[in-house]
Amino acid sequence: MRTNSATNLFPSATHAQPKRKMSRMARQEELTGWLMAGPWIIGLILWTVGPFVAAGYLAFTDYDILSRANFVGFDNFERMLFADPLFWTALKVTSIYAVVSIPLQMALGLFLAILLNMRIRGLTLLRTIYYLPAVLSGVAVSLLWIWVFSADWGIINFVLSLVGITGPSWLSSEKWALPALITMSLWGVGSGLIIYLAGLQGVPTELYEAAEIDGAGRWPKFWQITLPMISPVLLFQLIIGIIGALQVFTEGYVMTEGGPNNATLFFLLYLWRNAFQFLKMGYASALAWAIFIYIMALTLLVLRSSAAWVFYIGEIKGRS
Amino acid sequence: MSSYPARKTFTSIRLVNFLEKAIVYAILLAGTLVILTPFWWMVTTSLKTPAEVFTFPPTFLPHKIIWKNYVDIFQKAPFLLYFRNTIYVVLLDMIGTLLSASLVGFAFARLRWRGRDLLFLITLATMMLPGAVILIPRYLIFKELHWLDSFRPLWVPSFFGYAFFIFLMRQFYTTIPFDLDDAALIDGCSHFGVWWRILLPLTRPAMAACAIFTFNATWNDFLGPIIYLSSQDKLTLALGLLNFRGPHTTDWHYLMASSVVAMMPVILLYFFAQKYFIQGVVFTGVKG
Repeated sequence: MRTNSATNLFPSATHAQPKRKMSRMARQEELTGWLMAGPWIIGLILWTVGPFVAAGYLAFTDYDILSRANFVGFDNFERMLFADPLFWTALKVTSIYAVVSIPLQMALGLFLAILLNMRIRGLTLLRTIYYLPAVLSGVAVSLLWIWVFSADWGIINFVLSLVGITGPSWLSSEKWALPALITMSLWGVGSGLIIYLAGLQGVPTELYEAAEIDGAGRWPKFWQITLPMISPVLLFQLIIGIIGALQVFTEGYVMTEGGPNNATLFFLLYLWRNAFQFLKMGYASALAWAIFIYIMALTLLVLRSSAAWVFYIGEIKGRS
Repeated sequence: MSSYPARKTFTSIRLVNFLEKAIVYAILLAGTLVILTPFWWMVTTSLKTPAEVFTFPPTFLPHKIIWKNYVDIFQKAPFLLYFRNTIYVVLLDMIGTLLSASLVGFAFARLRWRGRDLLFLITLATMMLPGAVILIPRYLIFKELHWLDSFRPLWVPSFFGYAFFIFLMRQFYTTIPFDLDDAALIDGCSHFGVWWRILLPLTRPAMAACAIFTFNATWNDFLGPIIYLSSQDKLTLALGLLNFRGPHTTDWHYLMASSVVAMMPVILLYFFAQKYFIQGVVFTGVKG
């Protein structure tokens, strides 16, 4: 019996006892609550809120670890916006990566989830296989894909040669390096897929039955029932996808080192270089703020727009 | 209309259904082929001789399976050391995450205290906070603590809790009937006792999901180790693998063998604990 958290964010409020003066037991509960959450509150200040505020301060300094930080006003931001073409390159590369890979991943994931939801035999096995790449990430996967994309000996160019295409030198080609990394990201389609599948399984079958009685075909059923019913899941995946894709790092670092000619200079990679290679902590903090604002703006935009395309079942039932 | 309309429609529907199923299976099988090919490519390469690695068209199976590649890599690089370092970080991180997520989740879901709901909202907000923005100040904090080039920056924060796992645990706690707590409290059990004796055992599936996610995230982590670790004897697997590559390596049979070795624990865990994986993902992804 699971409580739907979207509709009941603070469930224990429903079992709250009638208000009275704080008894000994209530005081104890209060104390235990604070004690148990204590480490988290300290950690929140120490590892999250504190650093967050500090990043805001550092962005206005020229801190370089070696010498004291000087306050430089908006210098870092001015440089970023008007005198640093690589900032715009990094922003562009990362945006293209996100804009192409997220919709592709979502569409492909949803498509496969719909197929898997068609009372298929061997569902468990198929689901296991599709989700497998999603549990792997990091350096080993990047190394594997360097070899997959190898121009002369790689499996992709071999498959292309079977149909008479001479494949490009993927990762060392300015034109193909980013598409290669996007293709690679589709390998992880399983992470969204199993969530969509669970979402699809939660759509009440009565809706489809009713639609069939009304003579609805496949497409109307998809557009009028399936899509609206799982739109909250899509929204969640879209936001997670934006936050993740705009912070890609390992692939760029391991597979292409941002190249060739900055064609895969992901934002976080550029930030990392400024901070930990050039020790420009102040400038890198300004970059961090830029990506933070960018991610927040996009997230807010998506959330704002979601009123138009996300459908919550509570709306028709008239409860919240 | 023919005289047997019902029968005719019946067979044509069956035919359409059959074709449809066939197409669905064909697409799904093609998909699994695409998913599995890179794995196949990695494993076969890891078992080939260097000469066979560089042949075009590539061989589907190695002419002769060279198991020795897997022995060689342990002599070419201190893989056992990398494993030990990685396991050290992963274990501490798991213990910290489980302990903090379970306790803090309990406090959020089952105890009433002032400021709780506000703090929970802040917790949710930090889940949205991109890690990039706090990367540098965190580094500077650990530098001040003289923790650079130690494993501490990688595991100490876990004992203070991660928002995502606290959220996951809290959501799970709210699905358990509150009567259990009340009954135990009436019997004189403390709140701490309620957590330890009653709810901790009941949250085992969610704890398993937390444990697995933490294991994976820490095992695969690259950004953390590359920022905080530098000594050769402190490298984790992720960094060790990168080291192993060298600037212009051509030892792809060794590189793929070491990638297989590095992925193996995650793959094995996935196959054995798949249920918890999928439950956990679905629980946070759909219900969250």
